[in-house]
Amino acid sequence: MDGMVKQAPAYRSPRMAPAVGAALLVSGCDLSNAPVLDPKGPIALAERDLLFTAVVLMLIVVIPVFVMTFLFAWRYRASNTKARYTPDWTYSVPVDAVVWLVPAAIVIALGTLLWRNTHRLDPYRPIDPSVQPLQVEVIAQDWKWLFIYPAQGIAVVNQLVFPSGTPLSLRITSDTVMNSFYIPALGGQIYAMAGMQTRLHLLADAPGRFAGRNLQYSGSGFSDQHFEAMATSPDEFNAWVAKVKQSPDKLDAAGYRALAVRSRGHPVTYYSAVAPGLFDTIVAKYSGSQAHAHQQAAQ
Amino acid sequence: MLGRLTIDALPLYSAIAFGGALVTVGGALAVVAGITWFGLWRYLWNEWLTSVDHKRIGIMYVTLAMIMLMRGFVDAMMMRSQQAIALNSDGYLPPEHFDQIFSSHGTIMIFFMAMPFLTGLINIVVPQQIGARDVAFPFMNAVSLWLTTAGAGLVMVSLVIGKFSTAGWTGYPPFSGSEYSPGVGVDYWLWAILIGGIGSTLTGINFIVTIFKQRAPGMTFMRMPLFTWTALCTSVLMTFAFPALTVVCAMLVLDRTLGMHFFTNGGGGNMMNYPNLFWLWGHPEVYILILPAFGVYSEVVATFCGKRLFGYTSLVIATASIAILSFTVWLHHFFTMGASANVNAFFGLATMIIAVPTGVKVFDWLLTMFRGRIIFHTSMLWTLGFIVTFVIGGMTGVLLALPPADYLMHNTTFLVAHFHNMLIPGALFGYFAGYMYWFPKAFGFTLNERWGVRAFWFWLIGFYLAFMPLYALGFMGMPRRLEHYNIAAWQPYLVVAALGALMILVGIGFLVVQFIVSVQERQQALDLSGDPWNGRTLEWLTSSPPAPYNFAVLPEVRDIDAFHDMKAGGVAYRRPERYHDITMPRNTSAGLMLGVLAGLLGFAMIWYIWWMAIASGLCMWAVIIARVYDDDAEYVLPASEIEEIEAQRYQALASSARTQTAEEATFSNQPLPESLT
Repeated sequence: MDGMVKQAPAYRSPRMAPAVGAALLVSGCDLSNAPVLDPKGPIALAERDLLFTAVVLMLIVVIPVFVMTFLFAWRYRASNTKARYTPDWTYSVPVDAVVWLVPAAIVIALGTLLWRNTHRLDPYRPIDPSVQPLQVEVIAQDWKWLFIYPAQGIAVVNQLVFPSGTPLSLRITSDTVMNSFYIPALGGQIYAMAGMQTRLHLLADAPGRFAGRNLQYSGSGFSDQHFEAMATSPDEFNAWVAKVKQSPDKLDAAGYRALAVRSRGHPVTYYSAVAPGLFDTIVAKYSGSQAHAHQQAAQ
Repeated sequence: MLGRLTIDALPLYSAIAFGGALVTVGGALAVVAGITWFGLWRYLWNEWLTSVDHKRIGIMYVTLAMIMLMRGFVDAMMMRSQQAIALNSDGYLPPEHFDQIFSSHGTIMIFFMAMPFLTGLINIVVPQQIGARDVAFPFMNAVSLWLTTAGAGLVMVSLVIGKFSTAGWTGYPPFSGSEYSPGVGVDYWLWAILIGGIGSTLTGINFIVTIFKQRAPGMTFMRMPLFTWTALCTSVLMTFAFPALTVVCAMLVLDRTLGMHFFTNGGGGNMMNYPNLFWLWGHPEVYILILPAFGVYSEVVATFCGKRLFGYTSLVIATASIAILSFTVWLHHFFTMGASANVNAFFGLATMIIAVPTGVKVFDWLLTMFRGRIIFHTSMLWTLGFIVTFVIGGMTGVLLALPPADYLMHNTTFLVAHFHNMLIPGALFGYFAGYMYWFPKAFGFTLNERWGVRAFWFWLIGFYLAFMPLYALGFMGMPRRLEHYNIAAWQPYLVVAALGALMILVGIGFLVVQFIVSVQERQQALDLSGDPWNGRTLEWLTSSPPAPYNFAVLPEVRDIDAFHDMKAGGVAYRRPERYHDITMPRNTSAGLMLGVLAGLLGFAMIWYIWWMAIASGLCMWAVIIARVYDDDAEYVLPASEIEEIEAQRYQALASSARTQTAEEATFSNQPLPESLT
């Protein structure tokens, strides 16, 4: 099927990241498996490494604050009459300059990092333009996720399956309140909003199963609104598509209306066929005009 | 007749909700019965409820904050205990109830705990710090208090009649719209913060004018104490930010009540404009809450290090720049809404820039400690606990300011941990420091140190236990506002967090014990001098508690730390040759009446009882008109009476341990304050 991304050199980690990672590993074994700290795709990895780099940079200010607080509190305690006491020492230009310039320098460094990475990791940006991604359309419902595979002509509730190594290109909307689509092991989240579509590009390095969910509180079924994201080998993916195609259920307009009814902990459901343009229809339902939806879809 | 209010509004849907209602009603009845039993109604009415004295109003604000702190903390305990047990089970709270609890917790803690607390401290202290006799608009001050109380009252009423919002303290539509939240819950939330928010706007205006116009002779802007500076910046923020909240709430009310389409899914609504307007208030609000605490820390550090603040000018510039920058960053609350990389990067950068003046403040406090003589009064302990803990919150804040990192951490418990890390050590510890620092000024005796120190340690350790696990859970991808979960690895962290909440509960218990013990033992801790900590600013020049007019003769200011300067010059307690008449504002019940009527108006709008809404609106109008035509709003306190009060003051001063010679005013000769030895 689609081509593979061999490596994503643009997302390689900075040098200090492993050190921070090691420190975190020591701090708790559960944490070492935490999806944010132990990412399974280049986007999440780059986002995590940015996190680590920023922590290290900020420690330049934070550690002196810790040291100074304890040191000064101990040394200048009232009972220690041997310590120097200068009640009228209230200003010093060099000291004040350091106090302003060091944080400013760190913020400038962090700011450069921020500007570069915000553009590099823009969720709307395709991961590798030379590779054909797998297109999936995502619709948030109360309280479940519907995934439509337009090229394959199938749809699935609460399960997102895709081949590892192939970028995943998501168009996301909501048929209910605001939701937020999130697979932490693969990358950051983006809101799903009715009448609009948002975009997200993800990539899994290797086959695996990852937790995905809605992060934006959406009502009483919110706690159960999670799904399984599964990266497979290309062959397994094709086999899975074939399996879904066997399903007797088809997602036509009536089937969609039945599915959209509020439900909690909805089981994984396969649809072997989908009404064409269903995603755009759902967007257009709220945005008012079909033309507008097509315009958005074309972007 | 009663709109949509029926017998079904009683909380019979769950035993726990019913219990909460019983406690609320029982508590209210117990207070009423107690006041009646001790025959305190007349005293309460004359001295407190109708008072326009900024000190009394300030004390009432802080009292409201303490009561609402208890309520908000009960919510917190319920959430922590629910999450500690709700692995693969529903715990003991159904989602409909749990969702009300996290909504009311946030609403109460921000609007009806933190806001009244800081407003109360500003009320008690600022006029005295600037050498003024009252605020610029004493009656409007009472109106602010009673509007805030009316808002808090509506939140409490929702425990008993109807339900509260389940949309969270931020109330994002379309979930908070009538289509997805048809009940009265969101209306309770909306009207509570609409009414309370107008109170805050008025407070902001009042203190801007007070600080601009009422300063004592010689007190230039660059001689104002740091707390007054932060109060000024906070007031400016209140005045300019709260209208955005009022507007966005009013728009949501129009959506819900009149079927309009500002934020609905269909009908041309745009839900994205809600977060936009909400955070246009919401981010400055963070600094509204934190700046006054920064002010407290500045006063406490200088006083208990026996040293003038390091880098006063730097601190002022940092405070003012934080205030201005706070209006430029609101978009970082919704980086994940799909804005372009340029937009997100711009607001991320703006957010990071705030870290610079904030860092400067931290270093300036540390440099004030450098070569000082540090007395570890509880206020100072809160300050030290703040410095160490706050930098961690600052660090996680900068992480969230990086849009790509925010995509990962937004809406998780990492975010919850971050903003509690800013608001508990950043704001609440400061309010507690201020409460313990200025308590003798308000009541004439110092608070018990031993229980204060215990409360501090339980709060501090409890805070770390309660929130550090939430940072970790954020890394594990746990969302906020989760009623139950199916990931076993999360549970140990949530159990630790619940233990932390328990420790904080003990800390709150110790604060109550401290108050009771201090009242019982007040005779041993009387503050006769009015200056129990060897203070540096003008509020310590007045007696404790101060006379209604604060200063019989307005002080002359020659320096920063005006009172320290006076003591050093030996002129602090010089007796004036003669006194003059002072014009004082007369007590009025109009403020209280407006508050009650606003509460009724809100209640009527929530339940669609239109006649009552119209009637209470008209009554409010009538009260305002009557007040406008009241020409007898002031009275004159004759010089002879002032002379008597001041004579007592000088008698008390003479009997206090402190002497007033210039040499003894220097810190090295000063004995430790009695309460600390």
